[in-house]
Amino acid sequence: MSVELPVLTAKDYASDQEIRWCPRCGDYSILAQMKKVLPTLGIPKENFVFVSGIGCSSRFPYYMNTYGFHSIHGRAPAIATGVKLANPDLQVWVITGDGDALSIGGNHLMHAIRRNIDFNIVLFNNQIYGLTKGQYSPTSPVGARTKSSPYGSIDNAASPLSVAIGSEATFVARSVDVDIKHLTMVLERAAHHKGTSFVEVYQDCNVFNSGAFLYASKKGEKEDNIIYLEHGKPLVFGKNRDKGIRVNEMSRPEIVELGSGISEDDLLFHDSKAAEPSLAFLLARMRYPEFPEPVGIFRDVERPVYDELVERQMQDIVQEKGEGDLEALFNSGDTWTVKE
Amino acid sequence: MASTDVAASENTQGKRKEELETVVIRFCGDSGDGMQLAGTQFTNVSAAFGNDVSTLPDFPAEIRAPAGSLSGVSGFQLSFSSNDIYTPGDEVDTLVAMNPAALKTNLGDLKRGGILIVNEDAFDKGNLGKAGYDTNPLEDENALAGYQLHKVPMTRLTRDSVDGLGLSLKEADRCKNFFALGLVYWLYDRDATPTENWVKAKFARNPAIAEANLRSLKGGRSFGDSTESFAVHYEVGKAQLEPGNYRKITGNEAIAIGLATAAQLCNKELLFAGYPITPASDILHELAKLKNFGVKTFQAEDEIAAMAAAVGGAFSGDLAVTASSGPGICLKGEAMGLAMITELPVVIIDVQRGGPSTGLPTKTEQSDLLLAMFGRNGESPLPIFAAATPGDCFHIAQEAMKTAVEFMTPVILLSDGYIANGAEPWRIPEVSDLKPIKYEHPQSLNGDNQFLPYKRDEQLVRPWAIPGTAGLEHRIGGLEKADVTGNVDYSPENHEHMTHRRQTKVDGIADFLPEQTVEGPEKGDLLVLSWGGTYGSVRTAVQRAIKAGQSVAHAHLRYLNPFPRNLEKIIRSYDRVLIPELNNGQLRLLIRAKYLVDAIGLNKIKGKPFLVSELTDKINSVLDES
Repeated sequence: MSVELPVLTAKDYASDQEIRWCPRCGDYSILAQMKKVLPTLGIPKENFVFVSGIGCSSRFPYYMNTYGFHSIHGRAPAIATGVKLANPDLQVWVITGDGDALSIGGNHLMHAIRRNIDFNIVLFNNQIYGLTKGQYSPTSPVGARTKSSPYGSIDNAASPLSVAIGSEATFVARSVDVDIKHLTMVLERAAHHKGTSFVEVYQDCNVFNSGAFLYASKKGEKEDNIIYLEHGKPLVFGKNRDKGIRVNEMSRPEIVELGSGISEDDLLFHDSKAAEPSLAFLLARMRYPEFPEPVGIFRDVERPVYDELVERQMQDIVQEKGEGDLEALFNSGDTWTVKE
Repeated sequence: MASTDVAASENTQGKRKEELETVVIRFCGDSGDGMQLAGTQFTNVSAAFGNDVSTLPDFPAEIRAPAGSLSGVSGFQLSFSSNDIYTPGDEVDTLVAMNPAALKTNLGDLKRGGILIVNEDAFDKGNLGKAGYDTNPLEDENALAGYQLHKVPMTRLTRDSVDGLGLSLKEADRCKNFFALGLVYWLYDRDATPTENWVKAKFARNPAIAEANLRSLKGGRSFGDSTESFAVHYEVGKAQLEPGNYRKITGNEAIAIGLATAAQLCNKELLFAGYPITPASDILHELAKLKNFGVKTFQAEDEIAAMAAAVGGAFSGDLAVTASSGPGICLKGEAMGLAMITELPVVIIDVQRGGPSTGLPTKTEQSDLLLAMFGRNGESPLPIFAAATPGDCFHIAQEAMKTAVEFMTPVILLSDGYIANGAEPWRIPEVSDLKPIKYEHPQSLNGDNQFLPYKRDEQLVRPWAIPGTAGLEHRIGGLEKADVTGNVDYSPENHEHMTHRRQTKVDGIADFLPEQTVEGPEKGDLLVLSWGGTYGSVRTAVQRAIKAGQSVAHAHLRYLNPFPRNLEKIIRSYDRVLIPELNNGQLRLLIRAKYLVDAIGLNKIKGKPFLVSELTDKINSVLDES
């Protein structure tokens, strides 16, 4: 029997709190798309929980009229794990950033993903520490000049998607803050996926790292710099859709011009359902400017879900041993009686 | 420990049997020699027989230190008695040493004239060298002259016992501990049936090994019975324990059972999130078996995640617990602060061990009290409870959970390596005598058209509204919150106000805790004030002082923050206050600061519990001074 849910709109998901992100911050767009997506999911409003760590992005829960937990730096996946273990019926979103997820919280991110806990992680990647006013982050490119790297960063950058795929993620996607339709689609797909959904969103920090992702967001340029992934479709890109990605005999991707003997059939076809993650990994490693950067759903496969396994194991043990009996528990092992 | 000869008789073999009141035995050998098992089995048969028992396992941090080395010695001491006992004993009456290294490291604790049983086969040149002996002490007439030495060729006799079972030499030699156990069973007239049953169950799938262990056990017993070396054996009568059903329990087992009980009684699921660490891991192991009691165990990726998951679980409405030891508690600190400011019910168990840093992982200490008090940034008061004995762990775990839920606060429960691994007889409670924890998850708004997550009741407790409840959607977090609404608020007045509210709430818990009790005179020359796992030794020492006519009383704290309401009055009723602690004076610092009392310390930081004699000496010297 299904219960009729009240019809809600994005407005119903806005809290009464004043939003304190900088004007024109990319976070606004992500917040707006999230509020649009939630009412479409068929989930009662009280079942949404937003858990975040520390950083600009982590203020997100305060602006949602749902249950929310603004926690401590890097620990959101671990806190969200507890939330899900206590109540697997909740739909939990972890909101995090590049520093929060990949630096101080790298360990929790990896373990949440490998367990395949049924929640959605949205990583706002702006390649900078914004809340602490402009230090280089784990995703800042080598050479980035920031307050803490005045002569250029010498840290090799981490790739959020490589980390996720390496941790055996079952759902991996990337989108861009201002690519409204695409972002909405990706969030929706993440919400529907059973298991950990990992979504990287290119997000513009217009104060400390302005324009870092212009190549991927600016109309007229992005068409040559990003490539939209679609399951079962060839990898075609370019303003005139005249370029594509082919895998050469060394199993490496290469850019080819369509026409002159090369047709779409020669291109790499995307398969987000591939059992092996090698294709997703190959795509994740295609970086601008050498390659157009893929956006969309890299990987979307099924694997047993941790919080369900926890519940099932408990039920199995009850089946096997019966409901716990305190008296039997107290009296287990060798016992003896002392008489009056 | 006094061993009183009460009566003597002769048995059919012509061997004399003497009756004793209390005996202390220590088994020691290589960490691979099965000494913990031998000690545990002796404890079980003694408890099952009806003795009061108290145990002190003492093992190295290394699982397998080099064989025969001094660092690899593992020991298990136990005391059993026909009287009430509270400690595993100061001096050892019977020492079983399986090799030279064990003899060397343990002989100092054997009382003069005590029984010394050694495996003489292990005293070869190699083992003697590893133990640092230039000559064989067993061949030196003077070296062990003060003890009743029994040289037993245990390796050879064990091999003889299992002959014909087709075991390899290595397998045969692994039965030595059962030979030693059989011998000591004979010496103290123990009924081996519980051990025999245990062997049969444990090795049900390997009948040859089961048979070998049983034969070794029997071989040891027969050896005692038939050799001239042993002329006397002993009997320790049943203790006069309170009537009821009993079992043996360790502190870690009792905590696990206590937590499962709390969950079961109030019909809530328990989320235990932990990370393996000595000496707390057994709590995780025990709880992991209890999944049919609504117990979820989550082995997290690290200590921080364990604490964080507990916080998340509490937010979602589970009874949430984490357990660790000092190093892990340090890592959890920030997330404990989060639980504190979000005012969520979580029990944090610290099974203390020697520190700082990795310190002495397998040894006991009480040096995390100030960490529990102050080990978080900002003003972050938390209730702190401390278990007194292994059996007390069962009760105090439930009290900690009750306080956490009723007052919406994290509660720190301090245990220590001594009571965590130590065992004592535990009178099994009646389930019907236990009370469930009361909790409420609000279902409706508590403000005008809105839900106010920080609207408090008379005890300043905020409501525990959990996700999934329609209409009560709200946000919490680590940023300072406005009182009542829970919105982010950095204003100076609000921060001071909230800091006071949190402090007042925790202080107010004292009104709901039992008053402090005192054993001994209500007024007098000296109050001995103790806490945690030192209960048994302090109680024994004070009882003896009282018997000797000294004006001494004992107060043992189970609640360390807030202190019991009547503690100040008690402290002021005695001329002097002595605070014995297995640390450098942490409770003393708190007592001095709070009550401006010039308390005296007795401090031991050796990774070992107090001997009763150490306390008696200090009590005497304090009384002599005044």
